[in-house]
Amino acid sequence: AALLPVASSAQEAVDAIIAEFTGGAEMGAEGLTLTTPEIAENGNTVPVEVDAPGAASILVLASGNPTPKVATFTFGPMAGAQFASTRIRLAGTQDVVAIAKMQDGSFVRASREVKVTIGGCGG
Amino acid sequence: MVDTATPRVRVPRDATAGEIIEIKTLISHDMESGQRRNGDGDLIPRSIINRFTCDFNGQNVIDVAMEPAISTNPFFEFMAIVPESGTFVFTWYDDDGDVYTDSKDITVT
Repeated sequence: AALLPVASSAQEAVDAIIAEFTGGAEMGAEGLTLTTPEIAENGNTVPVEVDAPGAASILVLASGNPTPKVATFTFGPMAGAQFASTRIRLAGTQDVVAIAKMQDGSFVRASREVKVTIGGCGG
Repeated sequence: MVDTATPRVRVPRDATAGEIIEIKTLISHDMESGQRRNGDGDLIPRSIINRFTCDFNGQNVIDVAMEPAISTNPFFEFMAIVPESGTFVFTWYDDDGDVYTDSKDITVT
């Protein structure tokens, strides 16, 4: 296989997904809590939690995965909190990124590094 | 995946009016990512649940767009507000067109 500039193309993919979600808007740093373990022994199932009071939706990305998009949570009128928890696959040590679209149309970004001992994309 | 996709949902039986409750859901599913190779070195085609929704009395609680990075046996925990007695309906949408549902009643006391 041809040698590809993996790092830069992966970053471009992440940037493109974020741009699609935010429309290129500025992102704040306050109001979104992203909770992950610091170290995940098994990348096949890593617990991730997002909490952003007043969010309309929250996008979660695994910046180092072959396909970075993980999930988009959209909250309806019966949501009791703009909170969600799930379990995700991480191919290796990388930053998990969450971006919340707030109900006023603004955006907030949070990111946390997760060190992965055994990768979870079966490569 | 039809035979193995079994939903499990945990919702309180009752609540007070306006209470915010915690809901946990799990569905058994391989969530084949499309990244793995079989013994012959060929890619195993992607086959995942790509969307999950929860509604209460016809109004949405949460709607999740799911990608292959969601783990095997997708798990979600989230919060719902319960203004009145009613029914939570949970729906999972598979790549292969199958739809799996579960529902839970809750009584406002």
